[in-house]
Amino acid sequence: MSHHKVEVRNLHFSYPDGHEALKDISFTIVHGESVGIIGVNGAGKSTILMLLMGILFPDSGEVLIGDVHLTKKTLPMIRQRVGMVFQNPDDQLFMTNIYDDVAFGPRNYKLDEKEVESRVMGALELVGISELKNRAPFRLSGGEKRAASIACVLSMQPDILIMDEPTSALDPKARRRVIGLLNSFTHTKIITSHDLDLVLETCQRVIVVKNGKITADGATNEILTNSELLDSCGLELPLSIQDCPICSSSKTSKK
Amino acid sequence: MTNLTSALYNIRLLDDLAKKNTPIHALHPLVKLLTTVIYLAVVMSFGRYEISNLLPFIFFPLFVTLFAELPLMPIVHRLLVVLPLIIGIGILNPIIDNHTVTILGANFSRGWITFLSLSIKCILSVTVGIILIATTGIDRLAVAMRMLKIPKIFVLQLLLTYRYITVLMEEFLRMSQAYSLRAPEQKGISKHNWGSFAGQLILRTFDRADRVYQAMLLRGFSMEYNVGRIEKANFKDFAYLTGWCLFFVIARIYNLSLFLDSLISGVVK
Amino acid sequence: MHMADALISPTVGFTMMSVTAGVAAYSIKKIQSDMDEKKIPMMGVLGAFIFAAQMINFTIPATGSSGHLGGGMILTALLGPYAGFLAMASILLIQALFFGDGGLLAYGCNVFNMGFYTCFIAYPYIYKLITRKGLNSHNIFIASMISAVIGLQLGAFSVVLETLFSGKTELPFGTFVMLMQPIHLAIGIVEGLVTASIINFVWKARPELLEKVAASESFGTLYLNKILKGFIVAAVIVGGGLSWFASVNPDGLEWSMQKVAVTTELSTSDEMHQIFSIIQEKTALLPDYNFKGTEEKTVSENENTWPSVNIGTTVSGLLGGAMTFALAGLIGLIVNLIKRREDVSASK
Repeated sequence: MSHHKVEVRNLHFSYPDGHEALKDISFTIVHGESVGIIGVNGAGKSTILMLLMGILFPDSGEVLIGDVHLTKKTLPMIRQRVGMVFQNPDDQLFMTNIYDDVAFGPRNYKLDEKEVESRVMGALELVGISELKNRAPFRLSGGEKRAASIACVLSMQPDILIMDEPTSALDPKARRRVIGLLNSFTHTKIITSHDLDLVLETCQRVIVVKNGKITADGATNEILTNSELLDSCGLELPLSIQDCPICSSSKTSKK
Repeated sequence: MTNLTSALYNIRLLDDLAKKNTPIHALHPLVKLLTTVIYLAVVMSFGRYEISNLLPFIFFPLFVTLFAELPLMPIVHRLLVVLPLIIGIGILNPIIDNHTVTILGANFSRGWITFLSLSIKCILSVTVGIILIATTGIDRLAVAMRMLKIPKIFVLQLLLTYRYITVLMEEFLRMSQAYSLRAPEQKGISKHNWGSFAGQLILRTFDRADRVYQAMLLRGFSMEYNVGRIEKANFKDFAYLTGWCLFFVIARIYNLSLFLDSLISGVVK
Repeated sequence: MHMADALISPTVGFTMMSVTAGVAAYSIKKIQSDMDEKKIPMMGVLGAFIFAAQMINFTIPATGSSGHLGGGMILTALLGPYAGFLAMASILLIQALFFGDGGLLAYGCNVFNMGFYTCFIAYPYIYKLITRKGLNSHNIFIASMISAVIGLQLGAFSVVLETLFSGKTELPFGTFVMLMQPIHLAIGIVEGLVTASIINFVWKARPELLEKVAASESFGTLYLNKILKGFIVAAVIVGGGLSWFASVNPDGLEWSMQKVAVTTELSTSDEMHQIFSIIQEKTALLPDYNFKGTEEKTVSENENTWPSVNIGTTVSGLLGGAMTFALAGLIGLIVNLIKRREDVSASK
């Protein structure tokens, strides 16, 4: 189905202060793919996401979502198809209770309250926090807030999910829940993360960004086991495939 | 800073209380709002020398506190914070108005009467204000405001302010603590650092506003935002409103304290 | 400067509530026509900022004590007068509801005292005047100081007037003024300093924010005219009406006049006083203030010879309440009418 396709062609972008963030970025993501975008801080990952969402517009190049060019005019329509979950849930949960936050999107589509309710309850159940619907955001734990901000986006029923650092600041169990959630979604997923183990477990494909350019784009199993490549981009192997820190036995040699 | 921590604690507490499940909490928010406002108008319409007239009005907050199972300590605590101001103004009354009155054989400056009247009014008004929010909560109050045709933009903006108060207070707290750990001799922020301290905070605030705006836009926000829920009133709500208004009117016209007093003295005789 | 309900009579409370509501409604209209959606989250978050900032203590040099922020000027400088006013209204509502800081009945008064003068008087007529040629460290400082001080002085004076017209304390006008103004002068200076340093900081770090606000409300566009005119008309009517009411409580005014004025004025007030007592006898439509002649008797009756209830005062209290509603509605109507007339003539 083409409307789940994300295509980016020759993107260039510089920030107002002159910093050239992206240089000639191109890639295509098709329906149902889950892609992890990795790289050091400042490599340009978040900039790519913002260009995909139309928060920023490229100096040159194009973004196409479902074969539709992203322009100021097509923004509202495209934003119905693409949902972005921010890094900081406090920025995303801006209403005074979770129900209203998750309902915010559907309400803006002028759906009637019954439809809104079914979407909200559906989204809350998907992420497993139905009982928190009347809670105020400041009463929630980090993991609960993260789940709530995912629900906020799910209630809009997007085709494509974009997530910026979904497991940052989460405790292990909450992180495990998020990983489980992501694996259960059939949407097209684009995830940026420093948590390479998350990328290993949830993404089939990885794009490595360095200095505003794409250094590698391929299957997760190939890229995330290539320690030279990762090293040269300021990263390292995912912790789960590094040598055991306690007994030093190697994991990669056991195949 | 104790102000910040106690304010945060207060907001959490009131938020907790507002989520309780009692008959009072179940009442329609607009009814509770109207009852409170009418109460305030009636109580404040009493003259300066009225005391016995005022006393029956304690029944309203008493009733609500009991049936809503509200804890007394927070209310008392709030009163202790607010009363000193009124006492500060009112305490001059006995000095200024020294026309003497004789009650039960003892001589008082008339100013004490106005002082007492003022204090009672203060206690009553602060109490019902807290009770209102503790039984309603900001969300349902927003629904009531929408029913009063207060524009959505204002209500939305009010909710946003409330939502981010806790976030910002926590941020300030962290920054204040960091500051005081490196400047233990100082009480508060010294004047050299006012600008950059507050300035840093405000810049972060702008960034946050940016991000919130983005989040809102990405979910389709436009000025036409619809707050959504409306609540229907039922018989119980109307009964509550009319019942209390009736009581307020009667207590305003007739001095129920005296009535009670004459009843008892009649019985005693 | 937050006024408690106990200091306000319903008359004053509802009057100021409708004035505030009128200004707020106008501000909302202006924001909507501005089409700047970004203002909404900005108002919310900045409002929260000011709220939180009010809890921080800034040490006042040379006094060893601390003061804190009011915030009206900062809000206006960063949001413009309309958004600033509404943000102030939100802050005060939350303070009133959650902290008992300022009563619900007095809400209209508080928003007006702390919002109107800074947003619609100090900002356009002082701040913008001083910074009209562009912003720089120097004129930001001066503009902030003067605006803050004057804004607070006007606000404090309003408090005095509102308390006086409510007749709830024995505090005479003169003493009250002498208490309020100097204290708020000191507070105003602190506020001015903090405001200046914050605006300065913002100007250095993100000048485009300030420029945007300054551009959209350039000095010289007397957008305030409609509001001011409506307000002045309403104020005249209200002032006239309230002085009618207040005169029935001549003790406070007369007492302070006795203390403050010369004998000739005393006799004038006596005459006025007589006129009003005659009017009251005839109409019996005034609220439950007792006037001087029968007052002593009534008070001693109330306090000494039990059960005797002054029916006259209590019934008139109810009527007074109904009248205040009507009056408040009238004021709102007048302000609206004036506004609409101006709108029509402006659009021609």
